[in-house]
Amino acid sequence: MIAIKSLRVRALQGTQFIPDLRAAVPNGFRGLPVLSAVPCGPECQACRDACPTSAIALRPLRLDLGRCVFCRECVEACPEDQIRFTPEPKMAATERDALVLRAGDAELTSVRASAALCKLFGRSLKLRQVSAGGCNACELELNAAVNVNFDVQRFGIEWVASPRHADALVLTGPLTQGMKNAVRLAWDAIPEPRFLIAVGACAISGGLYDQAAAVERTFLDSVGPSLFVPGCPPHPLTFVNAILDFLGVG
Amino acid sequence: MSSVIVQRTATNAVPVLEPALFREDVLHRERAGSRLLSLYGARQDEQVLVTAVFRDPAGGVDLTRTSVPWPIGYRELTSDLPAAHCFERELHEQTGLAFPAHPWLKPVRFQGREQAAMNAYPFYKLEGKEVHEVAVGPIHAGVIEPGSFRFMCHGEQVHHLEIQLGYQHRGVEARLLEGDPLRLTPLVETIAGDTSVAHAWAYCAALESLADCELSLETEVARAAALELERVGMHLAALSGLAADVGFLQGATSYGRLRTTAINTTMRLCGSRFGRGAVRPGGIGMQLSPDLLHDVAANLELLASDLPVIDDCFLSSRTVRHRLEGVGVLARQQALALGVVGLAARASGVLLDARQQTATGAYHTLPIAPCLLEAGDCWARARLRILELGASLTWLKEILALYGRWQAPRKALTGLASEQIAVALVEGFRGEVVHCLETNAEGRLRQYKVLDPSFRNWMGLALAVRQNEISDFPICNKSFDLSYSGNDL
Repeated sequence: MIAIKSLRVRALQGTQFIPDLRAAVPNGFRGLPVLSAVPCGPECQACRDACPTSAIALRPLRLDLGRCVFCRECVEACPEDQIRFTPEPKMAATERDALVLRAGDAELTSVRASAALCKLFGRSLKLRQVSAGGCNACELELNAAVNVNFDVQRFGIEWVASPRHADALVLTGPLTQGMKNAVRLAWDAIPEPRFLIAVGACAISGGLYDQAAAVERTFLDSVGPSLFVPGCPPHPLTFVNAILDFLGVG
Repeated sequence: MSSVIVQRTATNAVPVLEPALFREDVLHRERAGSRLLSLYGARQDEQVLVTAVFRDPAGGVDLTRTSVPWPIGYRELTSDLPAAHCFERELHEQTGLAFPAHPWLKPVRFQGREQAAMNAYPFYKLEGKEVHEVAVGPIHAGVIEPGSFRFMCHGEQVHHLEIQLGYQHRGVEARLLEGDPLRLTPLVETIAGDTSVAHAWAYCAALESLADCELSLETEVARAAALELERVGMHLAALSGLAADVGFLQGATSYGRLRTTAINTTMRLCGSRFGRGAVRPGGIGMQLSPDLLHDVAANLELLASDLPVIDDCFLSSRTVRHRLEGVGVLARQQALALGVVGLAARASGVLLDARQQTATGAYHTLPIAPCLLEAGDCWARARLRILELGASLTWLKEILALYGRWQAPRKALTGLASEQIAVALVEGFRGEVVHCLETNAEGRLRQYKVLDPSFRNWMGLALAVRQNEISDFPICNKSFDLSYSGNDL
């Protein structure tokens, strides 16, 4: 009996994986913002005032994806439609400065591939995730990267339980005081060569918790992320494409 | 009109009782059938103003207060009212009230200066021949939030589990008082990132009552639809996790892909798979056009038709049932005594569901079927999720047939009434999310108290794993599926 039921479930399941992760664009997703090349009205600072994370700078208009929480407050505040969000998920960068969008930016991705890393990890990359104040949104999206839809294991990329088995640390959350020691221990337990990936506005810049009393980001002074994955939370495709770009695979 | 429980009270209308009378009043209300919703305090020089929030048997929200000298306080309630334990531990930690007779004053989140000394407060200790302890955390073997678990075991059997949280403490409540009170939604949505809609709605409902803003039924329906989609997505995530934890991989992948359908539906409506931006002060950040309605209805249809097939396979698999049935029992009496809320309470025979108790709004227009089970074990919590998924999907389908177009403009909120307390309660997928906002004479926020259901339910998990095998802890934990960040704030 159970075998027949199981077969019915299998038939319904069909094939769920997204064949081309590199070209997929999630329908309706509030992703990469685009800034208008037309200069803003004189003295207008409505978007900057509305932004909850001080992600916007003016004259010329710039938007820091490392701080942006994709809340659309700026879009609603702007009298001139200078900012709009597109469904594009690819927006990661290997340099912190490259996350700052400027008007007329055409590049979708600022990830510089590393031939050395590709040689080491191009066919097998094991990741240890540590949440240091993450709200469970980034964590759920990172989990989703290995589900039946995104299936990033097809590239040999997997989550591992022990940092001893990991090649990289994937950090979420603004880095709380409470997790200070644990983050350091996890990093120290990862054998070299290793690298750090900062996922989400909280990990990249502190986000909504920048300068909060309970946040302690000194770990990042000693270990700089090699890859920044913006979002609040980042879409699984943002994360997956960031890694594939970084390794120069897929 | 509101689809959630919301009540506004002038500060000067809340009685401030003598400490001894306050204690009597709280206990008397509990005996008379009221339920403690929240208990919090604020230090003002050498006094601490303590506020107790109740739901009375008629369904209203009632407040009582006391002003007690610091640090002497009042005689603790916990020994007579165990449901107050977490609140009084928090009061002790946040305001310094002493509570010398409190049975266990361990910090709930090692807030402030204590954060640096997280290991200073000892764990309970089990002594005897062949007993041992297992320490897990704060980092767990998965992509999940951190927390420390200490199991006190005899062989395989767990005698007690002590849960030490606080690693996620970001200082949300302090941060909520720093910004413009009308622009806090993005922050509120990260209190517990998987409960964004419920927290945002509680915040907005409280704010709107302080600003005398009435919303249309269309807006209420849209918010409730987002809330039910959040419930569907997270119940599916929990079922997928439970199936994986018992090695039933077909359940894990099938519930997993249906969760994708559910959260992608939310994304179609508001741009975020987690409902970020769906609920905004004065309205919604969603639009439902006829084209979009067609796609949303198709997704709901897919969920409604595929789920029963998978449920049937999951529920009739002997291995699944064997692993979950009779494991991790939380008895009804324990749930009542601890003040456990939401799904965990309903699986133990305690019907607490704010959606059943609104006299106006979306759930009044179209009632949602109440779901209740008695056994209180992992099997009951799994089956209850399946029942609630069915109820939510039926409700969504029917409400969208009635209100298939949302284009309500957002109303502008202008200023908050001064010297008021607004309490809002929303039934999130884990249970009741309670936000208490108090304004000062200038209409700014004086206090913002956040309560995620996890805060009350973690102790339920600790009791449920007693006398179980330690190897069953993961399924007990997953069956409660609690939030760390919502607890740690």
